[in-house]
Amino acid sequence: MIPANFDYHRPRTAPEAIALLGQFGDDARVLAGGHSLIPMMKLRLAQPTHLIDIAGIADFKGLRAEANAVVIGATTTQSELLASKELTTAVPILREAALMIADPQVRYRGTIGGNVANGDPGNDMPAVMMALDASYRVLGSKGARKIKARDFYQGAFLTALQGGEILTAIEIPMLPAKHGYAYEKLKRKVGDYATAAAAVIMTVVSGKVQTCAIALTNLAPMPIYAAQASAMVVGTNLDHATITKAAGAAGSLMAPAADARGTIQFRASVGGVMLGRALKRAFDRATG
Amino acid sequence: MAKTVVKMKINGADVEALVEARTLLVHFLREQQNLTGTHIGCETSHCGACTVDMNGMSVKSCTVFAVQADGADIATIEGMANADGTLSVLQESFRQMHGLQCGYCTPGMIMRAHRLLKENPDPTEAEIRMGISGNLCRCTGYQNIVKAIQLAAAKLTGRTYVEAAE
Repeated sequence: MIPANFDYHRPRTAPEAIALLGQFGDDARVLAGGHSLIPMMKLRLAQPTHLIDIAGIADFKGLRAEANAVVIGATTTQSELLASKELTTAVPILREAALMIADPQVRYRGTIGGNVANGDPGNDMPAVMMALDASYRVLGSKGARKIKARDFYQGAFLTALQGGEILTAIEIPMLPAKHGYAYEKLKRKVGDYATAAAAVIMTVVSGKVQTCAIALTNLAPMPIYAAQASAMVVGTNLDHATITKAAGAAGSLMAPAADARGTIQFRASVGGVMLGRALKRAFDRATG
Repeated sequence: MAKTVVKMKINGADVEALVEARTLLVHFLREQQNLTGTHIGCETSHCGACTVDMNGMSVKSCTVFAVQADGADIATIEGMANADGTLSVLQESFRQMHGLQCGYCTPGMIMRAHRLLKENPDPTEAEIRMGISGNLCRCTGYQNIVKAIQLAAAKLTGRTYVEAAE
């Protein structure tokens, strides 16, 4: 499996990368870790004639704490993310989710920016970012803008990213030190995409859920933010009836594909189970 | 689609070559550098047979372009033996514990185990199994591969290896 040929560009700065993207338009693709794009190129499902490798751009790397947010550079690899004590202490769900992505070799190369920008409904980080209410910093020829993760995904491989734009960083609002979180994922084997997965971020005060955000992976052509189900959980002590009600509300948003991972009914049913488990585990962590 | 000059260090030796942008690192190693110890298995980044060490990280060389490795420090299975040609501790442990049958996955397994033990010199069995979860073996059932890595870890940290009861 050999990809179609292309010209390789390795810009050193963000403006250089944006200029190259502007010059080559739809013939160009941005290359970060390459672990989604290169397999597609080998299958000739993608045949860009220009690859713009952003791995050498210092501005797109690194982790930093800002006033009210944690900022993760787009080309931070899953393995760098896992290695950062500060980050995984501040936002522990990132560690839980990253460990469920692929395998060690892929995590050394795969970047968090690529994972969220690609728009593959099987990627794990988009739902996590929706649950965290993260925003994506995007740079284009007209300047920089910010898009909420919850507004970013429009369909399979279809996002709010415009032609010529690059996702440069992810901004995660600071979480209360005491919060509950969980990413529950059913997969057929280590390294597989989710049959169904659920991300939950929750705070609990005096035994009652004060805030809750639920998002789902691989249960529709795009990741789902389950706003109604999230609201149903708030104010409760997360009893069985509440979990069933929330799973029902989230279930109405699910439209998984029937594939090797199961039938539509099976995957939606597993989606409800993952959601229930994630809610319980998040609640236990918030109260524990 | 002009060819590009790449420079890298492979098993300690400086290498400079002309490649097409689409040349995958594994093809560059096998076909241009004649380092055929690195195997091509699935070609879809699942099996790990093509694992090499790149800048201190294990990578699947079927999913890296040679141009992305420009300036990198690469180690392959050919660089694993001791300078006098005898087997390294890790290689010898694979031999001793029968950590291979057909041998196809072995170069990738050893390159991955090499990096795993650098990062975590005394891994638990669970850590070893997670550590090699990106490398498939269709012969051994992994049992003896895990034991081989445990034996190597013990030797390298100066402990006595005690085989767990079956």
